[in-house]
Amino acid sequence: MYTQALNVKDEPAAAGDPVLEARFQAHVDAELKIEPNDWMPEGYRKTLTRQISQHAHSEIVGMLPEGNWITRAPTLRRKAALLAKVQDEGGHGLYLYSAAETLGTSREQMFEQLLSGKAKYSSIFNYPTLTWADIGAIGWLVDGAAIMNQIPLCRCSYGPYARAMIRICKEESFHQRQGYEIMMTLARGTPEQKAMAQDALNRWWWPSVMMFGPSDSDSQHSDQTMRWKIKRFSNDDLRQKFIDATVPQGHFIGLEFPDKDLKFNEETKHWDFGEIDWTEFKRVIAGDGPCNKQRMKQRRAAHDNGRWVREAALAYAEKRRNREAAAKIAAE
Amino acid sequence: MTEQKTEQHWPLWEVFIRSKNGLSHRHAGSLHATDATMALQAARDVYTRRGEGLSIWVVPSNAITASDPTDKDVMFEPSESKIYRHPTFYDIPDEVGHM
Amino acid sequence: MHETPLFSYALRLADNALILGHRMSEWIGHSPVLEEDLALGNMGLDLIGQARAFYAYAGEIEGKGRDEDKLAYLRDAKDWRNVLLVEQPNGDFAATMIRQLLFAAYAHPLYAALTKSKDASLAAIAAKAEKEMAYHVRHSGEWVIRLGDGTEESHERAQAALDELYAYSTELFESDDVERALIDAGIAADPAALRPEWERTVNHIFSEATLKTPPQSFAQTGGRTGRHSEHLGYILADMQFLQRTYPGAAW
Repeated sequence: MYTQALNVKDEPAAAGDPVLEARFQAHVDAELKIEPNDWMPEGYRKTLTRQISQHAHSEIVGMLPEGNWITRAPTLRRKAALLAKVQDEGGHGLYLYSAAETLGTSREQMFEQLLSGKAKYSSIFNYPTLTWADIGAIGWLVDGAAIMNQIPLCRCSYGPYARAMIRICKEESFHQRQGYEIMMTLARGTPEQKAMAQDALNRWWWPSVMMFGPSDSDSQHSDQTMRWKIKRFSNDDLRQKFIDATVPQGHFIGLEFPDKDLKFNEETKHWDFGEIDWTEFKRVIAGDGPCNKQRMKQRRAAHDNGRWVREAALAYAEKRRNREAAAKIAAE
Repeated sequence: MTEQKTEQHWPLWEVFIRSKNGLSHRHAGSLHATDATMALQAARDVYTRRGEGLSIWVVPSNAITASDPTDKDVMFEPSESKIYRHPTFYDIPDEVGHM
Repeated sequence: MHETPLFSYALRLADNALILGHRMSEWIGHSPVLEEDLALGNMGLDLIGQARAFYAYAGEIEGKGRDEDKLAYLRDAKDWRNVLLVEQPNGDFAATMIRQLLFAAYAHPLYAALTKSKDASLAAIAAKAEKEMAYHVRHSGEWVIRLGDGTEESHERAQAALDELYAYSTELFESDDVERALIDAGIAADPAALRPEWERTVNHIFSEATLKTPPQSFAQTGGRTGRHSEHLGYILADMQFLQRTYPGAAW
């Protein structure tokens, strides 16, 4: 669910076969899908591998801040819903790694890139979940922003990615509602609960707005990903769409957004909003967010602590194959 | 065996699911597993969380033989010209009714 | 304590399921391989679902307006009726899978027996839970076999986990006066009668896994009457903190 536009830089188009390239582009222009074994420009393969793997990393790192609260969920209904949601995120990471694997990079290689710090993931997960309201805010805002990003990806030119996104979008339809329901319950609860909800909105609003990546004028994207039909809308368009959809939802439950410049523009029929603090964004991306180190430490621990388990399963499979082979020989 | 030995990877499997009787199995996605038993369980846990399936097939990805996409024209173009295989090729007067 | 036996019985079933489900949920995001995050999540959700059904029924039997959350979030350790096995820490993956197998191999025949309970509500909940626990036996069993007969390290870990947890299995098959009356009335299942099947299941898996079934040692017991290990308190502190910090709030 958690794409982030910024992280993918276009690969410079390597000098390839012009005939194949023209045929490829004509295929894409005709809204036909590219499938794993089809010829594709190296830049397309690299850009997609990077984007899909970063998307996958975001899903599995995203399990951590929310996973934090499963054992502390305040009711059994909430506990089951949150567990199912975090589990979904693991599933979505899995679908996405599979999609990226069709491009020729193994899941282990991608894991290695994540754990070594080479690969990026959505920087939103480098913020801490401090109260139960943060679980509401993540579902409502972070999933809400992600959905804006993800729906167009269902039409991405690369078949496996598009198919994974269709499945993901379908499964995620409950995630945002789950979050909003938590926020609504808190906003309508005791004064302490309402304060908790407001505090969460205050902390998560700007990072969510930043999930769409830098303004189009500053974006590192060329038109290439658009031309390849990996990306369909600009960062700013998606961001505006998110803000327009979200602000009335917040007002409906009596919460205020931490932006004094936020006001409805009668002329454009959009919500105008204040200046985004990109220095903070860049700092968190660069590794100095509140939880970057903690998240990577936890991912690495899970990977390292699981090694003997993965090895055991492999060893057993080999033993069994050998035994079956021996039994066959004995029987002959 | 040395400490530095790079970890061996779990093989990739393809998952096919029959969503209800009467329909054929359809490719749902992939996963990693060390053997068929665990692949089947993982397929159940990963791909049927919302009642998507009644039957699962798992196949080691490397057991699939696929046609070569660069061979597409040779493989599939010859069939495109055989329009007499389609019912619309034949002219039957409307009066005859549906046939 | 003025509880009807049926209320106590439903609560025992609920508490076992919730505490084990809680333990399962601790794994999410930290498991050895992504596929297993999904599997552990499913098992956790099965158990939490069972717990909710049993709590709802317990609350109904009691008739004092306690719902699933009042029962789960507002009782202190001494009022919890789960067996000690389910509250034991996750430990490593071997310990989690051994614990799951020991419990599921008991819960599966238990629920199968309860489907024939004269109490229609218990029978209905058990009918759903029985299938879920059958899968838990299968999944944890396959893992125990792989860990036991995998590498030297995994074998050692699995054997160590079994040696440590086996002492908690005796408690599963105990019954007291609360249960006696219900067993005689055809409402509860006789736990002692479940033991042969449990032994067949786990011993078969242990032998395939090349694990040695530990000798019967001193049985750790007491959970059903509220005498727990130290671990339960921490689970409750974690689980109940919001409900305790903000009494009366709706979530």
